[in-house]
Amino acid sequence: MIISDLFQETYTALSANKARSGLTILGIVIGISSVIAMISIGQGAQNSIQSSIQSIGSNLILVTPGTQRGPGFQVSAGRGSARALTQKDSDAIMAEVITAKAVASEVSNRYQVTSKGKNTNTSVIGTVPTYPEVRNVEIDSGSFITNQHIRGLSKVAVLGPVARDDLFGEGADAIGQTIRIKNIQFKIIGITKKKGGTGFGNQDDLIYIPLNTAQKFLAGDDFVTTISVKAESSEDMAIIQEQISALLLERHRISDPQLADFSVINQADIIATASSITQTFTILLGAVAGISLLVGGIGIMNMMLTTVTERTREIGLRKAIGAKRRDINLQFLAEAVALTFVGGLIGVIFGWSISFGIQYFGLLQTKISTSSIFLAFGVSAFIGIVFGYYPARRASRLNPIEALRYE
Amino acid sequence: MIEIKDIAKSYKTGDIISPVLKNISFEIENGEFVAIMGPSGSGKSTLMHILGCLDTPTSGRYFLDGQDISKLSDDELADIRMRKIGFVFQSFNLLPRATVLRNVSLPLVYADIKKEEREKLAKQALIASAFPDKFWNHYSNQLSGGMTQRVAIARALVNNPTLVLADEPTGNLDTKTGEIVLDTFQRLHAEYGRTIIIITHEQYVAEHAERIIHIRDGEILSDTKNHNRRIINHYKKT
Repeated sequence: MIISDLFQETYTALSANKARSGLTILGIVIGISSVIAMISIGQGAQNSIQSSIQSIGSNLILVTPGTQRGPGFQVSAGRGSARALTQKDSDAIMAEVITAKAVASEVSNRYQVTSKGKNTNTSVIGTVPTYPEVRNVEIDSGSFITNQHIRGLSKVAVLGPVARDDLFGEGADAIGQTIRIKNIQFKIIGITKKKGGTGFGNQDDLIYIPLNTAQKFLAGDDFVTTISVKAESSEDMAIIQEQISALLLERHRISDPQLADFSVINQADIIATASSITQTFTILLGAVAGISLLVGGIGIMNMMLTTVTERTREIGLRKAIGAKRRDINLQFLAEAVALTFVGGLIGVIFGWSISFGIQYFGLLQTKISTSSIFLAFGVSAFIGIVFGYYPARRASRLNPIEALRYE
Repeated sequence: MIEIKDIAKSYKTGDIISPVLKNISFEIENGEFVAIMGPSGSGKSTLMHILGCLDTPTSGRYFLDGQDISKLSDDELADIRMRKIGFVFQSFNLLPRATVLRNVSLPLVYADIKKEEREKLAKQALIASAFPDKFWNHYSNQLSGGMTQRVAIARALVNNPTLVLADEPTGNLDTKTGEIVLDTFQRLHAEYGRTIIIITHEQYVAEHAERIIHIRDGEILSDTKNHNRRIINHYKKT
């Protein structure tokens, strides 16, 4: 049998019963498109979480206040609530942990911020000049906070691009203008570059002011909310983490590490945890979609078995005029594969549209990987072969005499 | 040439062995027109299956063009059928959603013959079976019974077989269209020198052949020349 004949036979057979072929294909379309859409949602979530974690800096260790809980206190005030860390802790880390490349402390809180006529609620971070190095912040125009600003308790501010857009309008030149935070005037001295990333913890919707200024005028105390430590390389991270813990336990005079009033988090751990969550999520979604693909495959098998029974006489005739087992086998296998292939093709387009639509309407971030498309195609062809094999084999083994007599 | 020597066929159902054919022997020369006749249950269908290489005998030998085919595998038999046998069935067995041309050229699909060549051979076969060319591109389910059977005859001829086997070819047709079909066979025999075997239970149909083999209870009752042969001439080319 020549390939072109195989195509013609397949086309004639499938188009003879359009409704049945269409419904069978629909099963595969639903299966494949849901696999693609679900995996794209899972991978999109993984990507956006990873990029937002990475956008806060690389090789980063974060020290945050822990739960304040003395011996005898059973009530936890919640993580991060403790007022335990100060600028002096930060200085000590810089001085004693020699493998730490840079250390930046910060105190952050949300405030209502106003400019002429506009106002927004955003995060205000009081920090030190090393912050851009530690947290991968780049200056687009103007300059960042300097040591002079810290010493002089200057009321200056550096705006993230989103905060600038909200307060002064898209792309406006804000340097030299003033904003008010808690009714205190700040002069804008710089704008940071766009980092991208959306959702929670948007790295562009921020306002930076000198640490001392924030402590004195906004927070009214001496504490810091986070100390960020940048390691030279990722191999040093574990050692630095240990050294910081030891140092702070000693400085805070806590002997039992269980009772530490701070926690030291490694960025790699955060990414690993987040990735493992999103991966589980992706696998779960993919598995649910995979079940519908399996059901679609069973639909193929069901249809092919019906077809073989219906066309028993035709099979008998074909065998009588010289078709070999292989010819019959190939013919029915080709029909099954054609169904799944067409289903797979429509499914890919459909799944792509779903995933594009989800992103377009801003419901979730999605990412379609070429591998998932190839996978879907491979799987659909494979399903055609697997679920077409048994009916085709049955057809090819029919006895021509009995098949010709079949009513 | 067909040579059958001591052919026997028996079927086994459980422990009971029921013989269907017993010691059948005959020879058919190329170009003969033979009718195999017998009532139902006589074993003529089984004989036809063996002659048509759809089945193999339990014992005995069957030589087709000098080749012993009594011990071949399924696929080897399919190959013989493809090259040497043309079938005409009682119930036509055409593909309903295919055109006349497609139906006729179907055996050539399995012989791996290219499309242009197939169409050429199919047209020759359709001309030989006197099928009017205005219906060549019709679907086979749009044709009348007589027309349908002539498509089936063309299909049986298309691979230029050693043997054309017709199993009750007029069984589903009325007398008039039946005669057209028998006329077609007679013409193929007279004009093209085809070897034709018709299996039938009707004396009337058998009388159109040159030679009649009577079968009863799995044995040859008689094997004689048909002296009162019916010739249909007035139904010549339509």
